[in-house]
Amino acid sequence: MAFGNLTRIAVAACITSAATYAVPLNGAGATFPYPIYSKWFFEFHKKAGSEINYQSIGSGGGIRQVTEGTVDFGASDAPMTDEQISKVTGGIIHLPTVMGAVVLAYNVPGVDHLRLTPAAVSEIFLGKITKWNDKAIAASNPGAKLPATDINVTHRSDGSGTTNIFTDYLSKVSPEWSTNVGSGTAVKWPAGTGGKGNEGVAGLVQQIPGSIGYVELAYAHQNKLPFAILQNAAGNWPEPSNEAVTAAAAGALAAMPADFRVMITNSPGKDAYPICGFTWLLVHPLYADKEKGKTLVEFLRWAYTQGEGMASSLDYAPLPESLIKKVEAKIDGIKY
Amino acid sequence: MERSAIVHEAPQRTGPQKGLAVPSFVADAAFRATTAVFAGSVVVLALVVAWQLWLSGRPAFAEFGWNFLVSSDWDPVNDQFGAWPFIYGTLASSAIALLIATPLGLGIAIFLTELSPQRLRAPVAFAVEILASIPSVVYGLWGIFALAPLLREKVYPFFIEHLGKPFFTTPSTGLSLLTAGIILAIMILPTITAITREVFLAVPESLRESARALGATRWETILLAVVRSARPGVVGAVVLGLGRALGETMAVTMVIGNRPEVSLNFLGPSHSMAAVIANEFTEAVSDIHLSALSAVGLLLMGVTLVLNVAAQLLVWWTSHRLKGARA
Repeated sequence: MAFGNLTRIAVAACITSAATYAVPLNGAGATFPYPIYSKWFFEFHKKAGSEINYQSIGSGGGIRQVTEGTVDFGASDAPMTDEQISKVTGGIIHLPTVMGAVVLAYNVPGVDHLRLTPAAVSEIFLGKITKWNDKAIAASNPGAKLPATDINVTHRSDGSGTTNIFTDYLSKVSPEWSTNVGSGTAVKWPAGTGGKGNEGVAGLVQQIPGSIGYVELAYAHQNKLPFAILQNAAGNWPEPSNEAVTAAAAGALAAMPADFRVMITNSPGKDAYPICGFTWLLVHPLYADKEKGKTLVEFLRWAYTQGEGMASSLDYAPLPESLIKKVEAKIDGIKY
Repeated sequence: MERSAIVHEAPQRTGPQKGLAVPSFVADAAFRATTAVFAGSVVVLALVVAWQLWLSGRPAFAEFGWNFLVSSDWDPVNDQFGAWPFIYGTLASSAIALLIATPLGLGIAIFLTELSPQRLRAPVAFAVEILASIPSVVYGLWGIFALAPLLREKVYPFFIEHLGKPFFTTPSTGLSLLTAGIILAIMILPTITAITREVFLAVPESLRESARALGATRWETILLAVVRSARPGVVGAVVLGLGRALGETMAVTMVIGNRPEVSLNFLGPSHSMAAVIANEFTEAVSDIHLSALSAVGLLLMGVTLVLNVAAQLLVWWTSHRLKGARA
């Protein structure tokens, strides 16, 4: 009988999963690291047999759910504030996992290479530089045929960690941005139009001549969008690459706070790419459920030894070795 | 003629079915109770949604008061929230959509019921209804990649040159209130057309014949016998279209430019209530930001309700006046 067969399969399934010792862990949060996290969970499941479910509902949702205790861990592209942490029973540990960078994609007919200073970037997004042939842009692009056309600023319309990284950078390089706009996952943009998601911004940039907009480095790479080279805090012009992003984290290491809650934009490193940031896993310092705590710690140890190596192939920058050591010391402190 | 338009003709009652095990009055009562529960659940659902939105939106209303409705300052970083740009964008884009889609839909329906050769009717009606089954994200993509560039390069420059201020001023990126209105018009066109067509079909042939017998031209027949008597149904069709336009999210957010700004310039970027919720809800972190988004949701419900009630009144008023005129 079909029914009997089903029961037998169900029973067999229960026995198998019990035999491989699996307490499914549940996590929720950021969408940006979802591709690498799902790869990690898949590979870890293959290796250790433990199942980890992750729902990419956004950083805000991840923070809310981990606060309410509906998931075992959260994930966020922006560090939690002190006030948010104080609401979590048992506290929260931030663990940086991988890094992402934000590039400025542009569409200026006849201009194949574009270099922008921090001042030029902030003035463009403040809506103060409105023409492509403005002195501030021309000065760093000698020989380029910059047209006298309008600059069309595009930004993300949806709340996102990418926006948080980019506006954090603008706040650091421009006092005016810092006082008038500030940084966050969604801000009150002084200029331009909004597109939903990386694809929305990229679509606008490609469609409208004279556009400039910020997208994730990985997205720009995969879609072969031309992007601007930016001057970093040390005065150099590094190409946006995973190495330059890892260099930014290494450059920020000296000033790294013990809880890893830091934005590493405008990093002082010599080869550091200036607009990049961590994405974090949000875990508790103590897990009442022993099985869950054990699985989580096993997963984390595996992720920082084996998982980091998978980052580059998915266009994320891995953490520098020196930082991984610090994070592993933190994992040792997780009790269960 | 007693009835002006026979739209909802109840089927003839037949006697109770023989051979049922349960006495028919019990079955009748049970059936009535069940359907009443079904109908009631819709009301309860709407109330629960509104109550929930009120609960989570209350902090925003408490914090900003009436300013929430009239302020244009939407600044998540400094926790300042005013919903006016979104209310304006939703109302303006829906109004544009209705202005375009109502005459178009009426025209198509008149053509299909009164003028078109018989063999054309089914294919054209089918093509219009196909439009209704296209997912809104597809409309949005088509809007970004096909419609917006076309409007930006070919149509809007013409508007700017010949119509100009204050509604059509430079610069336009193609993503604007007007583009959103046009996309919405295309999306609600099938709704308006399909219902209007049904309503026109339901106008009894005898009305047309009487008009012709009185010496009415074809034009007069359509206008007086068909459109006039079907007016309540037409208003109903427009209301349904409006409902879809007000709540449409994906297609609008992709072409409207997502800039919370109130401007008379139809070619400038704008925003909408549904769009801001969809855009900001997932990553909203502060409590007041979340609360403000819920409050916008409640406002959207409120706007929809007010417009629907207004439309019902309009239907009542038009049919009333119609009867009065005939008496």
